[in-house]
Amino acid sequence: MSELLISQHQRVLRLTLNRPQARNALNNALLTQIAERLESAQQDSGIGAVVIAGNDTFFAAGADLQEMAEKDLPATLNDIRPRLWARIDAFSKPLIAAVNGYALGAGCELALLCDVVVAGENASFGLPEITLGIMPGAGGTQRLIRCVGKSLATQMVLTGKAISAQRAQQAGLVSDIHPVGLTVEYALKLAAHMAAHSPLALQAAKQALRQSQEVNLSAGLAQERQLFTLLSATDDRREGIAAFLAKRQPDFKGR
Amino acid sequence: MDAFILSHVENGVMTLTLNRPERLNSFNDVMHQQLAECLKQAERDDTIRCLLMTGAGRGFCAGQDLNDRNVDPNGPAPDLGYSVETFYNPLVKRLAKLPKPVICAVNGVAAGAGATLALGCDIVIAARSANFVMAFSKLGLVPDCGGTWLLPRVTGRARAMALALLGDKLSAEQAQQWGMIWQVVDDAQLSDTAGQLARHLATQPTFGLGLIKQAINAAETNTLETQLDLERDFQRMAGRSADYREGVSAFMAKRQPQFSGK
Repeated sequence: MSELLISQHQRVLRLTLNRPQARNALNNALLTQIAERLESAQQDSGIGAVVIAGNDTFFAAGADLQEMAEKDLPATLNDIRPRLWARIDAFSKPLIAAVNGYALGAGCELALLCDVVVAGENASFGLPEITLGIMPGAGGTQRLIRCVGKSLATQMVLTGKAISAQRAQQAGLVSDIHPVGLTVEYALKLAAHMAAHSPLALQAAKQALRQSQEVNLSAGLAQERQLFTLLSATDDRREGIAAFLAKRQPDFKGR
Repeated sequence: MDAFILSHVENGVMTLTLNRPERLNSFNDVMHQQLAECLKQAERDDTIRCLLMTGAGRGFCAGQDLNDRNVDPNGPAPDLGYSVETFYNPLVKRLAKLPKPVICAVNGVAAGAGATLALGCDIVIAARSANFVMAFSKLGLVPDCGGTWLLPRVTGRARAMALALLGDKLSAEQAQQWGMIWQVVDDAQLSDTAGQLARHLATQPTFGLGLIKQAINAAETNTLETQLDLERDFQRMAGRSADYREGVSAFMAKRQPQFSGK
């Protein structure tokens, strides 16, 4: 059985982490597969958005500790792992995490990297690296603080304690909470809703949202305006506005 | 080791009997640990479809065993928050979360945490001679085991306040008249009535019953709008259960349904 299950639901690609024996721990092989799948989805105009899910009890419970334990300082310095994460982060279409159960360590970092996180009622998010004498190494200290604020992020990183789905939603890490049995289904619906929009508009909007984390406000506004201007040259913009005025469904071509 | 909790599973019903009759089944740490083990089994075992709690001897449960609470007048103050955090709160949460009905057969006095624990169960049946005592205030304490959350919800604010502040004894019949419990039966009938109800519930659509219980619990804090969304979600899940199919086809065929609980 493959460790990454793949299925397609019209314009939505679903990736399911499937290493139940290892609580869906994200080893290099699995991260590589995710990166490869996203890169091929990037090229596939039939795919508008992607959902990443685990099972009902685990989204992903961390990195592969055995893999990590073998690496000394020089090996860690030249680890390919940061490049794998960068490849996943480079995906330019909407990426939704559907989190049931535990999203810990690298699992939490994977969720944080996604554009939207929807959670099951039983979800919990945590960065327990500190309890192992290490620290988050794939964005945990950077992306968490940007969505939940200093105090909660610091508390989570320095205690290693996880927070509930409800707390994560209040803090802004999670957008919606659903019953466990419906989390993935609702994430797919959300993705399908996004995927029905113009692909170029989605890409430009995602890029603008991403850049808000990189540059100051006035530079961000300037970039936003450039991306906005870029869309004015697309067929999809004409179609979108024409369909709205004519009260019909738009037919986007990705041009 | 002493069995402070007697556990018995039959016909889909797990009967848990609090068993320290000489101490009116009051809680100590070991009893809490044993109860937690039984609840773990109730949570994991799909063949258990209803939980029935009762007490051995003449009382139901006298709450925390005060013999474990020797307060040295010259020593440091005890940390009562510790046992609430470690034992009582997880117990209340687990019973509320358990996706199957929890019946409480209150066979005698239910005092302190014993009273609030009983009132928090899904269906409460009491023996006519039983009574409920919110004893906390008389010791300078606060109703725990969900007491302050539960009382205003089951009795209304005015009664909750007086019950909790005065700490007086409340008869089973008064509790029923106030809508705090489901039913009062003669002492000799309690065991049969509760057992019959539990066996009946254990044959019903457990998955759906679990959703009903969760929905009613969630309603305590939800807005109407949120609750309507929750009903949509739960109905969506319930509609996909095997028991719903069975229920509908049995109705159409005019026969008794055979529910699997799934």
